[in-house]
Amino acid sequence: MKKFVALSMALVLALSMFGCSSAAKDDPSKKSEGVMTYTEYAAAPVESEVVIEAYVQAKQSWWEDKATVYAQDADGAYFLYDMACSKEDYEKLTTGTKIKVTGYKAEWSGEVEIIDATFEILEGNFVATPMDATALLGTDELIQHQNQLASFKGMTVEASQTQDKQDVAFLYNWDGSGQDGDDLYFNASVNGQTYTFVIESYLCDKTTDVYNAVKSLKVGDKIDMEGFLYWYEGVNPHITSVTAAK
Amino acid sequence: MKHLRTYTCLLLVLASLLGLAGCHGSRGLDAFQIPEEFDTSRPYEITFWAKNDTNKTQSNIYEKAIKDFESIYPNIHVNLRLYTDYGKIYNDVITNISTGTTPNVCITYPDHIATYMTGTNSVVPLDELLVNPKYGLGGSEVAFDAPVKAEIIPQFLKECFIGGHYYALPYMRSTEACYINKTYVESLGYTLPEQLTWDFIWEVSEAAAKKGADGNYLLNGQPVMIPFIYKSTDNMMIQLLRQAGAGYSTDTGDIQIFNDTTRGILETVASHVKTGAFSTFKISSYPANFLNAGQCVFAIDSTAGATWMGTNAPLSDISGDKLVEFETEVRPIPQLDPNHPQMISQGPSVCVFNKSDPQEVLASWLFVQYLLTNDVQIAYSQTEGYIPVTAKAHSDAGYQEYLSRAGEDNGFYYDVKLKASKLLLDNMENTFVAPVFNGSASLRDAAGQLIENTAKSVRRNEQIDDAYFDTLYENISSLYRLDQIGNQGAFSSAKEKDLGKLPTTSVILLSSLGAAWLCIVAYAVFKRFQEKKSR
Repeated sequence: MKKFVALSMALVLALSMFGCSSAAKDDPSKKSEGVMTYTEYAAAPVESEVVIEAYVQAKQSWWEDKATVYAQDADGAYFLYDMACSKEDYEKLTTGTKIKVTGYKAEWSGEVEIIDATFEILEGNFVATPMDATALLGTDELIQHQNQLASFKGMTVEASQTQDKQDVAFLYNWDGSGQDGDDLYFNASVNGQTYTFVIESYLCDKTTDVYNAVKSLKVGDKIDMEGFLYWYEGVNPHITSVTAAK
Repeated sequence: MKHLRTYTCLLLVLASLLGLAGCHGSRGLDAFQIPEEFDTSRPYEITFWAKNDTNKTQSNIYEKAIKDFESIYPNIHVNLRLYTDYGKIYNDVITNISTGTTPNVCITYPDHIATYMTGTNSVVPLDELLVNPKYGLGGSEVAFDAPVKAEIIPQFLKECFIGGHYYALPYMRSTEACYINKTYVESLGYTLPEQLTWDFIWEVSEAAAKKGADGNYLLNGQPVMIPFIYKSTDNMMIQLLRQAGAGYSTDTGDIQIFNDTTRGILETVASHVKTGAFSTFKISSYPANFLNAGQCVFAIDSTAGATWMGTNAPLSDISGDKLVEFETEVRPIPQLDPNHPQMISQGPSVCVFNKSDPQEVLASWLFVQYLLTNDVQIAYSQTEGYIPVTAKAHSDAGYQEYLSRAGEDNGFYYDVKLKASKLLLDNMENTFVAPVFNGSASLRDAAGQLIENTAKSVRRNEQIDDAYFDTLYENISSLYRLDQIGNQGAFSSAKEKDLGKLPTTSVILLSSLGAAWLCIVAYAVFKRFQEKKSR
């Protein structure tokens, strides 16, 4: 009996290891029949139907059977806005989950996105490594990485001004009109240039580490950040991690 | 003693069955009764859910109003929760009605209140409170200078009359305005009329949509130009139907929107989307961003968005290098019959939620009255192109002076903002509201979606013909469950609603509980019988 149990356990272990290596082997640049490559997607005109395969990197929101999701493959990223999605399926969309998405390419205030989309979950897993976008801030090249998971290193927190001209490290909403739980806006500089970053409260609510990390920031702090290169009338990074600069 | 035990068992069975019957379609709170006196010896903590237009000045005014009110009533503490979108307030209220944790006071739209009222006695009817001699508007026991009922602009108050009762008070009023790049209109060879017509707007928009050989637009020399952008397409459809005298819905909630006039409107929209002359906020972005970048000629948005419109707008989402110099003009929305203009009245109202403690409700009502005082009304209206809802505030010398100083600076006296306010003040008698009933919020969404879907389909090169509209009508009706609204009547609450058959799981659960109690009773009777026998 003991031998049988030991043998079974070894078999289970071997099978589970096989399962792991299978997921790790998934090639995020490989596409199924009839699916666009990222290059084809990028070249597709706005309002055309697009079919892509990508991997969920973050979930922003779900409401009334519609989900907004950041997804990425080996070559680029996709913002899936209000994609048809049941609550049950939304729970299945964990970081790295591979999905096939059919929808329409759209652009809203500079943000290129896929709207009116449906999706199916596929076998496969890929978690993107943040690309270092620090040197790309303020350049025309940055937009080519729109929606990608990016990092910003060695940034210095700069003052934001309240309406009554007080210097603070962050604002609730863009003008300080909000309250705890609303979006946080803060400025950070590198190489003498200052940029604005956002903690989007649907993506990272007030219970998250990043939300509370920003609330603890002080002007002059040196920080490293990670987040998604969202666009709204220019780059508007949705930050998901803030740590002391290494 | 033994008899007592049996009776107790029977009573318990009866009570539990009655209690279980009550579970389905909970009767909710008792109707609010105005207390004889407001008990100032007790502390009250009330919650106020408010909306600001992502505008710090508005948040400051709410905070000041609360501080001033608390100094008059030190026993009432008001907790403010701010939202930047009516939809989010609506969703949160709906969620909190089911858990009995609604706020005390809430900024809202009448459409939304109609849905809140499906909870029994969840929203306080204000009819008696409005005229109560002691605590009514301007009542003898109200400790501040509140307006009386007659001083609320009648058509604004009427908007809060739902299902035969007043369930809210107007807080601020706005309408829509057309913000115009007058420089572009004139450079195209047109003269801007005092009253816009739809024909004029479409004609100028088509002229503005012409491209040069280089692919850029002739009017602005840029690769982007959307001559006409509409922010709220639900308002666009509602107002066009009203101006055309066509059906939208009856006051009793019968849906009339799927008619030939609607189809004609959609065909017009489709033809101008096809040429690139028209788009919407949902498809393209905020009209103000395009207007200020010189990429739009006509931007229709709320008068409450006036501070975002124009080269010198105090608020802007686009960077300074994208701003274009132009002369901004403000006009009422285009009309089908310029001699009989009709435009929507909109803006926040405020309602009071019922609580088990009538004193707490009275404290909430006093705060609502405070929001209608001149101090709050005038200060808040000056943050945007709103107007106060009382004649008392309109006639205030300070408010009149404010209106007379349009254009003195690009901040407090920003001319576009003041022109937007005056537009509504001059057209109060030309405003209307869409009917309010349980489901009217869905109908409003559907009205806008008809335009959005048509515009998207044109952009995606789909065939737009009779078959397309037939399918569109069917899909929208089904998506917004409009086929289920029409038969409910003007207003239905839980009191009147047939909740239908119990779900099977509930039937099984209730039957099991009933059976268990019957077994207990049977056992008690059996024991009693045995005891009798043994004697």
